[in-house]
Amino acid sequence: MLPPLDLQRTIDRTVREEWGRILASLINTVGDFQLAEDCLQDAVVSAISHWQKHGLPDSPAAWLITAARRKAVDRLRRQKNFAARQQEISYLADLGNVPADEFQAEIIPDKRLELIFTCCHPSLEEKTRVALTLRTLGGLTTQEIALAFLDKPEAMAQRLVRAKKKIRLAGIPYRCPGNDVLPERTASVLRVIYLIFNEGYSASAGDRLTRTDLIEEAIRLARIINQLMPEDAETEGLLSLMLLHDSRRFARTGKSGELIPLEDQNRGRWDKAKISEGARILERVLPMQRLGPYQLQAAISAVHAQSPTWHETDWVQIEALYHLLYTIQPSPVVRVNQAVAVSYSRSPEAALSMLSEAASAGVLDGYQPYFAARADILARAGKTNEARKTFITAINLSDNKLEKAFLRDRIARL
Amino acid sequence: MQYMLLIYATEGSGPQPGTDEFGPFMKGYVDFTEDVKQAGKFVAGDALQPIATATTVSVQGGKTETMDGPFAETKEQLGGYYLLDCEDLDEAVRYAAMIPTAEHGHVEVRPVMIWDS
Repeated sequence: MLPPLDLQRTIDRTVREEWGRILASLINTVGDFQLAEDCLQDAVVSAISHWQKHGLPDSPAAWLITAARRKAVDRLRRQKNFAARQQEISYLADLGNVPADEFQAEIIPDKRLELIFTCCHPSLEEKTRVALTLRTLGGLTTQEIALAFLDKPEAMAQRLVRAKKKIRLAGIPYRCPGNDVLPERTASVLRVIYLIFNEGYSASAGDRLTRTDLIEEAIRLARIINQLMPEDAETEGLLSLMLLHDSRRFARTGKSGELIPLEDQNRGRWDKAKISEGARILERVLPMQRLGPYQLQAAISAVHAQSPTWHETDWVQIEALYHLLYTIQPSPVVRVNQAVAVSYSRSPEAALSMLSEAASAGVLDGYQPYFAARADILARAGKTNEARKTFITAINLSDNKLEKAFLRDRIARL
Repeated sequence: MQYMLLIYATEGSGPQPGTDEFGPFMKGYVDFTEDVKQAGKFVAGDALQPIATATTVSVQGGKTETMDGPFAETKEQLGGYYLLDCEDLDEAVRYAAMIPTAEHGHVEVRPVMIWDS
């Protein structure tokens, strides 16, 4: 038997890995998010004390789901209208009576895709979709989710309770959407995953620049979706994009946590396994000719990842990819990135006029990356005074300490 | 499940009687009503007279108070409703999007409460 600390870790990891699949299957059986979650939580509590005494069972997933079904029977029997639910209860009791060691975890039907489509339903607020996905599929605790989004735990708990209530009362279906709405609903799922990743990658508030667990959770979720919907090119694109971004994790911050721009990163510290996985996905998916924003952003990231030095970056290709991205996603944000590419592929002056045009409608007024990019290009064009002023605007718009420090350093070096 | 589809729009917005657009707009409603009836989804549905005809009632200390006008002076007003029997929210949303007024106003989808016996 494992020593107590290792056992505890193994139990935690097993619960975390199996949580989404078991919960998805339980919701399918009991038809209620809250009830399923409460029962699984009860089962986890029993599992921890049982496994600490007797060691891990052969199939922890089977053990957990059997225990959770028994808990569901107990809870349903205690309910007022239990006579009306007699049929459901005996069905569950039958399922719960199969000894855990007699059935394999593999036969638990995989309902995770249904679950994520429900959690990312467009009738829920975006932040709620993110939180619900982390709670139900990721198995993160309410406390952990609240911490990640700098919310009060009570507020986050309230949000999750309201969401589960809405799913039940409003009749949000627990199934994969039909073909007529599949593309937009898949886009909503991918957006939630990318939001989780970005929250981990850029940490919009606070001191720490990356929150590794959110990054890993986003990549894990994308892998699950990819495995369940292998035909979807944009899911592959998103997975590739996140792997390529994340390959720079150890190179993008310095010893004291300061931000290191792509230009100055030690490329030897980039994660080659992640780069080659991300690139391999693109090689497979791009020839399918089902282009989308994630695949294009991944392709841009891959150009950087495969360039041996900053000076050898193929800016002409990056500019072309941003141009293509702008045609399918004409946002001012894409324009800003395209202008940065232009500043290298053509000239800083050409980039500045492109930026001025993009900013003319006032849409970039509060957009920090626009001012940071503009300031950098101004500096390279020799317009030091203007660059300084623009860096200050960028600093005032940032609420990340590390980012502010980085921009102040840029001013000092003008 | 039954869903109430509440149709909101600014009075005077959208196709007006006497214009070329009004005929096709009203035909859109006739067709929609026919569609939901054919599909066995229709429970009830009506258009309401304009808010100029509204009276708002409350009881204060046992005394009935009436007020001219709608309860809330909002930009968009309730102009009609459908009560439909749908599989789930996805189906209700699909029908809500087919209501002609959705193109210039809003349709609020509300599940009808089920009382546990």
